[in-house]
Amino acid sequence: MADASVPGSVPGAGGPAAAGGGTSGAAPSGPSGPSATVPGPRAAGPGPGGASGRGPRVLRSVTGTRPWIAALFMLPALVLLGALVAYPIGYTVYRSLFDADGTSFVGLKNFGTVFSDHGILTAVRNNAIWVLVAPTVATALGLVFAVLTERVRWGTAFKLVVFMPMAISMLAAGIIFRLVYEQDPSRGVANAVVVAVHDTFTSNSAYPGARPRPNSDLKPTAGGSFTAASTARTGTSANLPLVGIPQNKLPAGAGQARPAPAAPGKVTGTVWLDFRPGGTGKPDIIDPGEKALSGVKVEAVKGGKVVASAKSGKDGVYTLPGSAAGAHLRLPASNFSGKYNGVNWLGPDLVTPSIIASYIWMWAGFAMVLIAAGLAGVPRELLEQARVDGAGEWQVFRRITVPLLAPVLVVVMVTLMINVLKIFDLVYIIAPGNTQSNANVLALQLYLESFGGGDDLGVGSAIGVILLLLVVPVMVFNIRRLRRERQR
Amino acid sequence: MSADATAAGTAPPAARQDRAPTRRRRRGGLPARLAAAAGGGVVRIVLLVVALFWLLPTVGLLLSSLRTPQDIAVSGWWKVFTAPSQLTVTNYRSLLDNHAITDSLWNTVLITVPATLLVVAIGSLAGYAFAWMDFPGRDWWFLAVVAMLVVPVQVALVPVAKLFGQIGIFGDISGVVLFHTAFGLPFAIFLLRNFFAEIPRELLEAARLDGAGELRLFARVVLPLGGPAIASLGIFQFLWVWNDMLVALIFANSDSQPITVALQQQVRQFSDNVDILAPGAFLSMVVPLIVFFAFQRQFVSGVMAGAVK
Repeated sequence: MADASVPGSVPGAGGPAAAGGGTSGAAPSGPSGPSATVPGPRAAGPGPGGASGRGPRVLRSVTGTRPWIAALFMLPALVLLGALVAYPIGYTVYRSLFDADGTSFVGLKNFGTVFSDHGILTAVRNNAIWVLVAPTVATALGLVFAVLTERVRWGTAFKLVVFMPMAISMLAAGIIFRLVYEQDPSRGVANAVVVAVHDTFTSNSAYPGARPRPNSDLKPTAGGSFTAASTARTGTSANLPLVGIPQNKLPAGAGQARPAPAAPGKVTGTVWLDFRPGGTGKPDIIDPGEKALSGVKVEAVKGGKVVASAKSGKDGVYTLPGSAAGAHLRLPASNFSGKYNGVNWLGPDLVTPSIIASYIWMWAGFAMVLIAAGLAGVPRELLEQARVDGAGEWQVFRRITVPLLAPVLVVVMVTLMINVLKIFDLVYIIAPGNTQSNANVLALQLYLESFGGGDDLGVGSAIGVILLLLVVPVMVFNIRRLRRERQR
Repeated sequence: MSADATAAGTAPPAARQDRAPTRRRRRGGLPARLAAAAGGGVVRIVLLVVALFWLLPTVGLLLSSLRTPQDIAVSGWWKVFTAPSQLTVTNYRSLLDNHAITDSLWNTVLITVPATLLVVAIGSLAGYAFAWMDFPGRDWWFLAVVAMLVVPVQVALVPVAKLFGQIGIFGDISGVVLFHTAFGLPFAIFLLRNFFAEIPRELLEAARLDGAGELRLFARVVLPLGGPAIASLGIFQFLWVWNDMLVALIFANSDSQPITVALQQQVRQFSDNVDILAPGAFLSMVVPLIVFFAFQRQFVSGVMAGAVK
C-alpha cells in the first residue's frame, strides 16, 4: 500500500480516481512458452464447439491467441482512441500554428498571444494560483480530517458528509455556491454570517450619511468623523447640528429635539437634525419640528486622546463630565458609517479565492479518503512507540505520520493538480458576467476563444497545447513507473 | 484505564521500574488526563463544526428549492426555521411541467447509460486483450493508453467538433456518447487490464482446456471475475458522464442537451431564475447521490484501487 503510488487521474474533471500502479501479476510479455502452435481459427468462435478438439496443447500464453483475434478485441478501443483522442491531439498541435481562419501559418505567434494578451494573462495567472493553492489546501484539510476522524466514533459518518460533494456535478456545486455567495446578507449565508460576526463587534450606526453644514463649527476629520473647531466649556451647551439625511429616514419614534439645560460643571448639548421639511428652519437653531438624533456618540478629545464620551438621549441631549472642558468635541465615524453589507465574494478581488473555496468543498473529501486509507496502512506500533518515548501528539503527527504518508500525499496533490489545471465548470457557473474576466482560467479562455464567440481557433488550440504540455511530466512519470514495474 | 493511570501517577517510583516511564509519560497525572479529555472534546467539536459547515451549502440549496421565488427574493433559506409554512413544492411541480427541463433530464439518461455501458464493454475487451493475449507491440500500445490517462479533454474539443460536423453527428446525442466513451477508455482499459491480469493463470488455462473459446472464456470467466473492478469503473464513468457539462455544452444542441447544459443557460440571470436553478440543481443531484450512497463501498474501493495501490 505504502510503496506503490503512481500519480495520474481519470481523464476528465469528474473522475475521482487516480491511476494506480501496475500489478505484479501481469501476463509475461516475452516468449515464455515452449510451443507456439497456433490454434485453429475456430478457436475464436463463440460457441462451445469452436474450441473443441484442440486437445492438450501446451499453450504459449494462456490463450495462445492469434493476432487477429486480439485485434478484434482491441479494435473498438483503438478506433475510438485513435479518432477522438490521438488524432485530435495531433490536429490541435497543428492548428495552433495557424491563424484564426486557419489559412496562413503563423508559427508560434498564437503562443505569444497567450502570454502577452492582457485578458489571457489573467487566465494564466489565475491558473497558477489555482494549481498552487487548491491542491495544497484540499490536501492539508484532507490530512487533518483523516487524522482527526480516527479519534471519534462517528468518523465514518463525518467522512461521508465531507466526501459527498464529490458525487455531484460542478454545475450543481456552482449553483449551490452562487446561493452561498449571494451579496445581500439577508439572502446569502456567507454574508449573513460575516455580517452577524461583524455586527457583534461593531454596532451599526443609525445615521449613515449624516453630516454637519459646510460652514459649521464641526469639520470633517480623519476616518469620517467630525470634530468641533472650538473647545467645549462647562456650564454652556455645545449644540451639534447635523444635516444630510431626510427626516423620514430617521428611526421611527425620533422625538423633538430639545435644547440642553445648562448644567454646572458639565458639558452638555444637543445633537439634532437641523432641518425642517419645507426649509423653514434656521441653521444652528433648534426649531420646533426638528428631530433629535438619539444614540449619537459624542467624544471629548484632548490632545488626540478621548477623555470622555457620552451618547445623546431621546431628546438629542448629551451630557459630558467636567473633564471634557477644554476638549474638542468629536462625533466618531461609527455614527455615520453605512450599514455593513458583508463581503463582495464574487467581486473582482475575491472571485477567484471564492471559487477555489467551492472547489475545496468538493475535493477535500477525495484527499481525506485517500489519506485515511494510507493512514490505515501506517503501523500502529510505530505511533505507539513514539508516544511511549514521550512524543506529543503534534510531534507524532509531524515526525511520523506525515513522513509515512508522504507518498500518498504526493499522489493526492498531483491528481488534484491535474484536475485543477482543467478547471472550467465551477468558474463558468460561479463567476458572474461582470467579473468573469477577473476569474478567467485557461480552460475557460479556450472555450471562449473556440466556441464562445472569441472565434480564434488558433489561440484556442494553442491554449489546448499548453494544457497538454503541462500534463506531459505526469504522463512521462506514469510511463516510466509502468516500465519499471514491468521489468520486475 | 483511569485506575491504571492513577496508580502510575501515585505509586512510588522505585516500585515500577519496568513499566513506569512509559505509562507515566503517556497518560501522566490528572492534568494530562484532563488535557487529553479536553483535547478529545475539542476534536469532537471541531469535527462537528466542520461537518455542519460542509452540509450547510447543500442544505441551503435544498431549502431554497422549496421556497417560492418571492420568498427567496427577500430572505435567506434559514428563514424556514422560523417560518416553516414557506416550504412548498411548487417549484418542483412547475419544473416537472417544464418540458425543456424534463427533456434534458431524459437526455442525461440517454447520454449517460450508453456511455457507461460502452466504456465497460469496450474497455473490458481491450483490457482482457492487454492482460492475456499476445500481439505485436502490445506493451507499446499499453504505454500509449497510459499516456492518454491524463490528456485533458480540452485538447480534443476543437478537432472533434470539426470531425463530428463532417460526419453529421455534431449536436447529436451519439456524438456526446462517443466522446465520453473515448475519454473514459484509457482509465477503463488501465483499470481492467490490471485487474484482469490478477486472475489466476490456472483458472484461464483450465477453462481453455475444457474447450472454452476466446469469447466464451471472456464472457464466462473473465467478466464475472472482474465484477468488482467493472462495478467501480461503471460507477465512476456513470458519475462522470452524468455530471459533465463541458462536453455536452459543445457537442449537444438544444434537442440533445443534458440537464447540466439546460440549467447552465439559466445561470446568467441567476436571481431571476433561482426558482428553476435551485430545484433543477437538486434534481440533477438526486441520481448521483443515490448512486453514491448505494455504492459507497465500490466507490471508495474504486478510489483506492485507482489511486493508491
